[in-house]
Amino acid sequence: MSLSGWLQIGFVLIVVLLLVKPLGLYMARVFTGERTFLSPVLGPVERGFYALAGVRTDKEQGWLGYTMGVLAFSLAGFVVLYSMLRLQNFLPLNPQGFAGLSPDLAFNTAASFVTNTNWQSYGGETTMSHLSQMLGLTVQNFVSAATGIAVAIALTRAFVRSGVNELGNFWVDLTRATLYVLLPLAIVVALAFVAMGLPQNLDANFVATTIEGVQQTIATGPVASQEAIKQLGTNGGGFFNVNAAHPFENPTAFSNYLNIIAMLAISAALVYTFGQMVGNRRQGWALISVTVIMLVIGTGAIYWAESFGNPLLTAVGVDPSMGNFEGKEVRFGQAMSALYSAVTTGLSNGGVNAMHGSLTPLGGLVPMFLMQLGEVLPGGVGSGLYALLVFAILAVFVAGLMVGRTPEFLGKKVEAREMKFAMLAVLILPLVILGFTAISVVADFGTSSILTPGPHGLSEILYAYTSAAANNGSAFGGLTANTPWYNTTLGIAMLLGRFAYLVPVLAIAGSLVAKPRAAASSGTFPTDKPLFVGLLIGVIIILGGLQFFPALALGPIVEHFVMLAGQSF
Amino acid sequence: MLSQIRPAIVLTLLLSAVTGLLYPLAITGAAQAAFPGQANGSRIERDGVLIGSDLIGQNFSAPSYFWPRPSATGPDPYNAAASSGSNIGPTGKALVERVAAAVTATGQTSVPADAVTASGSGLDPHITPQNAATQVARVATARNVEPSVIEAALADVTEQPILGIFGEPRVNVLRLNLALDEAAPLGN
Repeated sequence: MSLSGWLQIGFVLIVVLLLVKPLGLYMARVFTGERTFLSPVLGPVERGFYALAGVRTDKEQGWLGYTMGVLAFSLAGFVVLYSMLRLQNFLPLNPQGFAGLSPDLAFNTAASFVTNTNWQSYGGETTMSHLSQMLGLTVQNFVSAATGIAVAIALTRAFVRSGVNELGNFWVDLTRATLYVLLPLAIVVALAFVAMGLPQNLDANFVATTIEGVQQTIATGPVASQEAIKQLGTNGGGFFNVNAAHPFENPTAFSNYLNIIAMLAISAALVYTFGQMVGNRRQGWALISVTVIMLVIGTGAIYWAESFGNPLLTAVGVDPSMGNFEGKEVRFGQAMSALYSAVTTGLSNGGVNAMHGSLTPLGGLVPMFLMQLGEVLPGGVGSGLYALLVFAILAVFVAGLMVGRTPEFLGKKVEAREMKFAMLAVLILPLVILGFTAISVVADFGTSSILTPGPHGLSEILYAYTSAAANNGSAFGGLTANTPWYNTTLGIAMLLGRFAYLVPVLAIAGSLVAKPRAAASSGTFPTDKPLFVGLLIGVIIILGGLQFFPALALGPIVEHFVMLAGQSF
Repeated sequence: MLSQIRPAIVLTLLLSAVTGLLYPLAITGAAQAAFPGQANGSRIERDGVLIGSDLIGQNFSAPSYFWPRPSATGPDPYNAAASSGSNIGPTGKALVERVAAAVTATGQTSVPADAVTASGSGLDPHITPQNAATQVARVATARNVEPSVIEAALADVTEQPILGIFGEPRVNVLRLNLALDEAAPLGN
């Protein structure tokens, strides 16, 4: 670890914190229907959309109507994307002449992008036409993120409103999230990316003759436009197989900073939006500090583990002073690889700038654990906020049990119904992750995909289902996941991780919005103070993380000790 | 549910048109107008021949050139049409044996890590200055010049962190080898 490394980490996090308030306030204006500086341009577009779609902005939905809207829209997106991928070879803008995708790969990819996961069983530059990248994947990068934002805003309104049934209009929230939040930011970031060196063209691969006289074929395409929304929407699906480790996705230290800042900005700012909308900005900052504390600890843990190096390689003559360098890029170094790895998994992004599967055992444990916590640091755009609020509800319940009072959060009583749905939501992750992993490790069709045997093999499978269920999308890439078993079950894991979580959350919203909002009294447990911050961190680790400890002990922790003992597989 | 079908279909189509066609095509147009060099892949030409991209590493194996990091792309190293890391875990025998063989090939006892480990992309255009320093003697001998000539070219190409903080010390191998062909042409 070095001082300059930590200064870079601090620099990136400070830039994000500076963006939180202006962006958070802007989004609060957007979702309360106030005018913004973009209204003169986007207002007419928006109204045209509603007219064509038959949406009445004055007609709001209860939780069931809102849920149906989310599900109908996601289903429509899934069908369109699946069809486009299957029929890719018949569609235009396919300069490399790529074939249509197999049914299981198309299912997996459609589920992946509709759920904001962006798990990729394929290599982008060897599989996807430019049209599929743009009109297929980029579209879902926008609208799956906008769907997440919409649900988070609906849950926010459940705390703002009192004694009503309406949570808002999903179609309006979806449209506004796309047009007013994601699109303008994506345009700015995409152009900055091009200036930094990311390609943006519709050409086929070009062929160079290297200095030593060999033909080098170089893949290119509309990279910058996809990279921008991939980060802003916390999607993470790369244009290229190796994601943001590829020099065309991430050519310099500064493009790397912008990648990390772009992926954190909206998720972090949405927490502030929540505070602003419920009329308690301190609540927003309290939640943000939970995520910052845990992210810094996670980053430090990866940075430390990776700087320590791999003793197996030191033993054969590698200078350990640079740390574990397999799977990393020189231009990022250990600090910016560690920060990227922690943020992308704390955040439900899933893009990578270093290969997670080649991290040291403890360095790889951290990203896996951050995902298992439920993607709340600060999580995917929208999905992170609503998952964080589920944990906040659990935290006030735990606090209420300790002192024997009816728990309440922001003036809303938390009762049996909310607790049942909250537990339903948080149990889906261990069920899906541990269930599918258990089947895969005892069956040939599961273990035959492992690249590195021994305890790392378990880690490869555990990481895959963790990533899918948590809607992250990063991978221990050694696992050959493009098989019917993994494509199908990982697709199911992604769908459950998204929708079996989202529906209970909206049910909680429907229940809370109908309750009166009580004023705080002397007996109210303050949820915007350091005590609550500490309690919430404890609840996230214990309720979110502890059930995975036995699996982690058999995977990365065993591997760590085996590595120290000098054994390889 | 029925009342949701029309907005679901219509908004899917409208938002697809805006975010999937208008947005990327507008960015492409603006990028091609404002930053044509970057937008087309930062291509490098020498004597009218396209020799690669400034951002993408390429393979070198002749002793007269600096060598890049090992690459895990298939079937050949530095295949920029199919990027890939090795993805081998830290306790993989395949990793340990490959690295051990690479260390033996250098003939040194404590080798800079980047010289014997595969990058994440398989296309890393850079090596560390420490790695480059271990190659100076070989390149000087192969080009039949004083090491100081090579060291001067290396110093020119080496990039340091801005303000000592932002970025990592690094050497772009393609740029360095192009500079070498200028400073100490082969065949002298």
